Amino acid sequence: MNPLLNVGGISKFYGHRIGCKDVSFDLYPGEVMGIVGESGSGKSTLLNCLAGHLAPDRGAVNFDTRVDGMRDTVTMSEPERRMLSRTDWAFVHQHARDGLRMNVSAGGNVGERLMAVGARHYGDIRDQATDWLGRVEINADRVDDRPTAFSGGMQQRLQIARNLVTGPRLVFMDEPTGGLDVSVQARLLDLLRGLVREMNLSAIIVTHDLAVVRLLADRLMVMKDGHVVETGLTDQVLDDPQHGYTQLLVSSVLQV
Amino acid sequence: MSDYNFAYLDEQTKRMIRRAILKGLAIPGYQVPFASREMPMPYGWGTGGVQVSAAVLTPDDTFKVIDQGADDTTNAVSIRRFFEKTADVAVTEATGEASVIQTRHRIPEQDLRADQILVYQVPIPEPLRFLEPSEVETRKMHALEEYGLMHVKLYEDISQHGAIATSYAYPVKVEGRYVMDPSPIPKFDNPKLNMAGIQLFGAGREQRIYAVPPYTDVVSLDFEDYPFEASKADHACDLCGATDSYLDELIVDDSGKRMFMCSDTDYCCSRRKAGHIGAQGVPYAEDAA
Repeated sequence: MNPLLNVGGISKFYGHRIGCKDVSFDLYPGEVMGIVGESGSGKSTLLNCLAGHLAPDRGAVNFDTRVDGMRDTVTMSEPERRMLSRTDWAFVHQHARDGLRMNVSAGGNVGERLMAVGARHYGDIRDQATDWLGRVEINADRVDDRPTAFSGGMQQRLQIARNLVTGPRLVFMDEPTGGLDVSVQARLLDLLRGLVREMNLSAIIVTHDLAVVRLLADRLMVMKDGHVVETGLTDQVLDDPQHGYTQLLVSSVLQV
Repeated sequence: MSDYNFAYLDEQTKRMIRRAILKGLAIPGYQVPFASREMPMPYGWGTGGVQVSAAVLTPDDTFKVIDQGADDTTNAVSIRRFFEKTADVAVTEATGEASVIQTRHRIPEQDLRADQILVYQVPIPEPLRFLEPSEVETRKMHALEEYGLMHVKLYEDISQHGAIATSYAYPVKVEGRYVMDPSPIPKFDNPKLNMAGIQLFGAGREQRIYAVPPYTDVVSLDFEDYPFEASKADHACDLCGATDSYLDELIVDDSGKRMFMCSDTDYCCSRRKAGHIGAQGVPYAEDAA
């Protein structure tokens, strides 16, 4: 099987400071990878480099495109990259406000990606939007409400619907459960796990919450000070951490 | 007359504006930045249109100004006087006789000819502005032809009002490429954007000029199941009886009595002169007396 995403030697510097350095990995179709680490360890920098929001200083991000096969998205032209990011890629922000249009109704938010790829039939767009709201457990009668009238958990679910409506193959998630209370987090994780399995999505999830990766991720990458210090299967890394920092991280989780 | 350079602006400024106009005509619908000058009137009163008019006027031109279709409002009269004074050009209220027409919010009912120029005053040239606040981002969207967002606005209209409720400044796609704000003209006028005359759009405060060359394909955006409709009040003009012109609704007394009349005053007058009378109208000769 060919990897969906092949990352080679990604480095990003902020002046003399290291954002992330020499990160390489392969991601296979249907695989979910977690990136964990403390604040400032370069997780988000790495994710933004992968998703094309930041230009890395070195390295390649090869993506298996539908038409041309493996292409380096770093050197790809901007229109092509933006096209990818509204068709085959999805990006779920930590704060739903960053990923949603707050002054546009829920239906419009979900429909935007459809219209961006050329849908011009109102009835079809609305049907698909309503269908997707149902799949993320938002009542169909909220389709014309604005996200400002939604709770935090609903906003996050709406953001997920908006991203998945065009059937992407790769989802980037930046702390998808951050800022939500635990019961809402649990429901969101359930939902995400179902969608990932059902749509055979590949995903890269950045988080500092080990419970999230335990539930969602197949593989785990631990970052510290911009470097990857440990990789492996999630259960393996969490149950038998080898690197000192990983051991610290695992032992820092509060037990209830 | 020696107090002013012809048409108020100095020659270098006019040259700069003409360059922007030529570029705009070469790339229909593209917003060309230009170094907008301070004009002797407040922003919002047509500083962009006035600068474009000043750049295209020649001493042989006949000039007409309309504001919401009318020749006799403050704005129209002031701008007309301004060019009478600074350019000493002939002025007219008759659409057919004018060679340069500056307009705010309307396109004349009478079809324009190939030797006529229509200059629009534009408040906000960027059609994507209220959806995407970042200028950097909107420029990128124009460059990459990413216009999905424009349909989000129309989607919102239908979901809230059951129909596309945008009734003025209705977005259009020019020559299959750029999405353009046709300035706040009623959508009734949108089909007329495909015309024989040259159309120039000037936004003074926003410092943009754009243009639609003659016979350019201008398509109003819509959905397959909610097609574009050029709507007007379902009534005939009460003064001249016209059924094909855009109408203003007027409340005429305290008991809510109303009348509809052509917003294009020149069109209405010329019809009345030709003997047409509407439901509440009087013959033109009696009215004048």
